[in-house]
Amino acid sequence: MNNIGKNSFDIGYMDTLASGDSALHRLDPRAKLIATFIFIVTVVSFDRYALAVLTPFFIFPIVLISLSGLPAGYLLKKVLIVSPFAILVGIFNPLMDRGILFHIGSLGISGGWVSFFSIILRFILTVTAALILISLTGFNAVCAGLIKLGVPKPFVIQLLFFYRYIFVLSDEAERMVRAGSFRAFHSGAIGFRTFIALLGNLLLRTLDRAERIYHAMCCRGFDGNIRIIRSMKITYQEIIFVFGWGALFIFLRYFNIPLKLGVFVTGFFK
Amino acid sequence: MSHHIVEASDLHYTYPDGTVGLRGITFRISHGESVALVGENGAGKSTLLLHLNGYLSPRQGTVRIGDYPLTKKNLDVVRRSVGMVFQNPDDQLFMPTVFDDVAFGPLNLGLAKDEVERVVSRSLETVGVAHLAKRPPYKLSQGEKRSVSIATVLAMSPDILVMDEPTSSLDPRSRRRLIELLKTFRHTKIIATHDLDMALDLCERTIILHQGRITADGRTEEILYNEELLRASSLEKPLSIQLKT
Repeated sequence: MNNIGKNSFDIGYMDTLASGDSALHRLDPRAKLIATFIFIVTVVSFDRYALAVLTPFFIFPIVLISLSGLPAGYLLKKVLIVSPFAILVGIFNPLMDRGILFHIGSLGISGGWVSFFSIILRFILTVTAALILISLTGFNAVCAGLIKLGVPKPFVIQLLFFYRYIFVLSDEAERMVRAGSFRAFHSGAIGFRTFIALLGNLLLRTLDRAERIYHAMCCRGFDGNIRIIRSMKITYQEIIFVFGWGALFIFLRYFNIPLKLGVFVTGFFK
Repeated sequence: MSHHIVEASDLHYTYPDGTVGLRGITFRISHGESVALVGENGAGKSTLLLHLNGYLSPRQGTVRIGDYPLTKKNLDVVRRSVGMVFQNPDDQLFMPTVFDDVAFGPLNLGLAKDEVERVVSRSLETVGVAHLAKRPPYKLSQGEKRSVSIATVLAMSPDILVMDEPTSSLDPRSRRRLIELLKTFRHTKIIATHDLDMALDLCERTIILHQGRITADGRTEEILYNEELLRASSLEKPLSIQLKT
């Protein structure tokens, strides 16, 4: 019943992780942003039947997690929570696309299944990368980085407030659902009419609360500029980080390592 | 230091939905005074406080903070000198860690990095929660949240502290510690509260609000001993006085 609240706390945990102090944490947010961006673009750019070629890309999340000491289990859980969206996107592929693409033994694998798993794989890769970015940097620093990279401020502020108020919204929702469930004796489910009233009420309450928080921010001198305590500086570390990963991703994009490896191994046994 | 004076003259405020909040409030609080603002629920205490840092602007009348009349133009200056502690600490704490939260104000004031760090740790030490710096605010206890809220305000080094029910939802010991802490502050203090015992302990002056009007303004002891006045304002003698008499 109160999962929403727990969830929101859990998302907040990413920001707690971001206060860590590994070399990757200290890296300029812009470097991490650019590297993650290149990563996501290359992963998404493969054609729809790409499956094996995607696997080497797991090196990025794995290396980052192991070097920074982020809790892999926690991140994985977050990925699982949003995975229904990806499954929904891909679930009809096996039905639509029935052409057999290849055989494993006598079993024919249709193109639909391949593209379905390809979607899942891409989803896992990109979402993990984004989560790692936030857990290593903190949302405010990501936003500050975006502004420094030239993203228009109104967009970034929108993003910042969206993230800030998600907690407020889920908090209020949790309280209302709890209050409702205490008084709904016969059934656990909330009726349609109640649900509508609840939703309207939720909007008003959230607006109110959001306004109070905004007021609190204004009281402490918020003027639309995001300021973070970690200083942003591009050193050779940042340059190595961006170009190293960028080069690797582009290499993996154009050279099918699993295929080459397969050919090499089978050639070896011939 | 400028004169930490808070002056309101003939404040009127009506909420957009027609609820009348204030019906002509006039007072002058001078440097270093500690004033309790008491009154029943809906008397207009919070409404009045929200006028003191320009969140609400009066339909009629003016507010002066120090040398400045409160206008849109000098809102920043006023907000810097008036530190506001909200009724609900959850509204006040919005950053991922306690440290970041306290640093939010000083960073916006444009202090340098090491200066910010110094201010933050000093503020946290003042309220006795330096050990919480790395924790996320939403996981703290009510008492700890309240302390951190006060630290976030202290970090802005305000001249005037405005607090909305600082002792509400605190356990007796946290309440006592908070009162002792507030006693050490040299700021001009304006405290809206239902905790009349605290008012008696902490504030030499009390203003009673009733239905948007000031019904009494004077020495705390005189006011809180005046049973008739209190009853007319839907209040009761504080327990400590009840026990004595």
